[in-house]
Amino acid sequence: MKRKYFAYPYIVWMILFIAVPMLFIFYYAFNVGGQWTAESFVKTLKNLGYWHTLLRSILIALTTTVICLLLGYPIAYILSNMKKSVAGFISILFFVPMWMNFVLRTYSWYAILEYALPKMLGLKPMTGTLGAVLLVLVYDFLPFMVLPLYNSLSKLDKSLLEASRDLGANGVTTFFRVVLPLSIPGIVSGITMVFVPAITAFTVPVLIGNSNYQLYGNEIEQQFIHTNAASGTDFSVGSTLALILLVCVMISTLIMNHFDKDKEGGSIL
Amino acid sequence: MKRFGRSLKYVYLGAMLLFLYLPIIYLIVFSFNDFGSGRHISYSNLGKWNGFTFENYGTVFAGDAGDALKTTLIVAGISSVVATIIGTAAAIGINSMKKRTRTAVLSVSQLPMVNPDLVTGITFMMLFVFINSLLTKINVRIGDVPSLLIAHISFSIPYVIFSVLPRLKQSSDMLYEAALDLGCSPLKALLKAVIPDIMPGISTGFIMALTMSLDDFVVSYFVSNHTKVLSTYIYSSARVTRGVNPALATVIFIPLVTMLIAVNVRRLAKEREYEVQNKKVRLKDKGGIAK
Repeated sequence: MKRKYFAYPYIVWMILFIAVPMLFIFYYAFNVGGQWTAESFVKTLKNLGYWHTLLRSILIALTTTVICLLLGYPIAYILSNMKKSVAGFISILFFVPMWMNFVLRTYSWYAILEYALPKMLGLKPMTGTLGAVLLVLVYDFLPFMVLPLYNSLSKLDKSLLEASRDLGANGVTTFFRVVLPLSIPGIVSGITMVFVPAITAFTVPVLIGNSNYQLYGNEIEQQFIHTNAASGTDFSVGSTLALILLVCVMISTLIMNHFDKDKEGGSIL
Repeated sequence: MKRFGRSLKYVYLGAMLLFLYLPIIYLIVFSFNDFGSGRHISYSNLGKWNGFTFENYGTVFAGDAGDALKTTLIVAGISSVVATIIGTAAAIGINSMKKRTRTAVLSVSQLPMVNPDLVTGITFMMLFVFINSLLTKINVRIGDVPSLLIAHISFSIPYVIFSVLPRLKQSSDMLYEAALDLGCSPLKALLKAVIPDIMPGISTGFIMALTMSLDDFVVSYFVSNHTKVLSTYIYSSARVTRGVNPALATVIFIPLVTMLIAVNVRRLAKEREYEVQNKKVRLKDKGGIAK
């Protein structure tokens, strides 16, 4: 018996439950009530409201990504310069929250922003603001930025830094001319791990934004799950929106691959 | 100046850790808060300290939360075991495939890893709605728990495959052939020769599958109609009543930390040993120079 037969159960599974489900997006986007038609597809594309939400989500996700990068890079850099055993322990501390149920953490931010902070500082409740939504998005995705950055920075050959120093560069020059360019694979995979999930993070606007500042993920979610009595669900609209999302994901992956020529980057924990 | 710089680093790391742990600490502190107003417990005001009590821990898994926990554990347990078995077998098969087939299979396998969770969730939802609409004719339908299991197994298998494959690449191809030559049946050769060699990869894959399943919210949210897992239970009670028992945070957090530390302690110990060894070597070198 050849060993490749061991993969056959998986290949059947993969076709049934990974490949076929993906086809349903196309099926529902172009098939209404058993009829193949592009009518619903075109109608959804012409609805400017969806494009508006998409644009806003991209802006919010970009802001989140930039803030995560600015906060996360120093963390990863400091950790990568520590002794291996100390850094190992502290880095685990940074990644533990990643595995803690994120709905629960998001809910906790609701309580903090709605009750605790306003009471302490004598302010109005802060939920429902753009600032609150951004804060929680940054909170949720920061570890996903730090992880690949840390992986890439800790692999960096320290003798390169010594070489740069020996050749007369000061700390700042060494950082910008040696460390930063060499950590680009980490930056790239950090951005991909934050940007796309941030566009689709539909729970945050619901729990923190009091349904203001809806993200693109909310538009898709509402076409599949009854969230309020006012709007109905529509698989065909939802599938079209999901197709647009997949195109955005593909574009961002292509852009990122262009920057990440070495195809390295960090792995998932 | 240098010392100032160093302490600044620790202050920054400390501040970031505080930011990351603030909501968790907040819930754990408030899990000891007395929420009882009259005899009815209301979690909707999580900001007001009324006094110390253990009462929240008594009720943490009462009613829906307990059912949700049970479903979560059942789904995570079964799906991670099944995913590990199918995934390990798949990795062994894929490893011996020709390059072109292997690339094709691996790129489809990556779909659940690169797709946004949301897309994975809605595709499964549409699949099950479609299948159930066909099955109504014969009065059968796929229930919530089987749907959850299928979905969780599907998104876990790729993580198992990609944990086992690197191990397989390291281990020798001859091992399996040798076992066959020595009279093992293919299955026995696999169990006795190949599996023990790739065990670390399998256990990493299993832990990944387990944590992915325990932590999943988005896919379960779309796949399951009425049955709730812990994360969808938390979401619906947070959204509808704005109230979740904060004791849940402690109950989830403590086992999680214990597990992560247990998994990582061995790795850390190894790194520490390596460091000490290095130091010894360096000291020896210095000693050599002094002579």
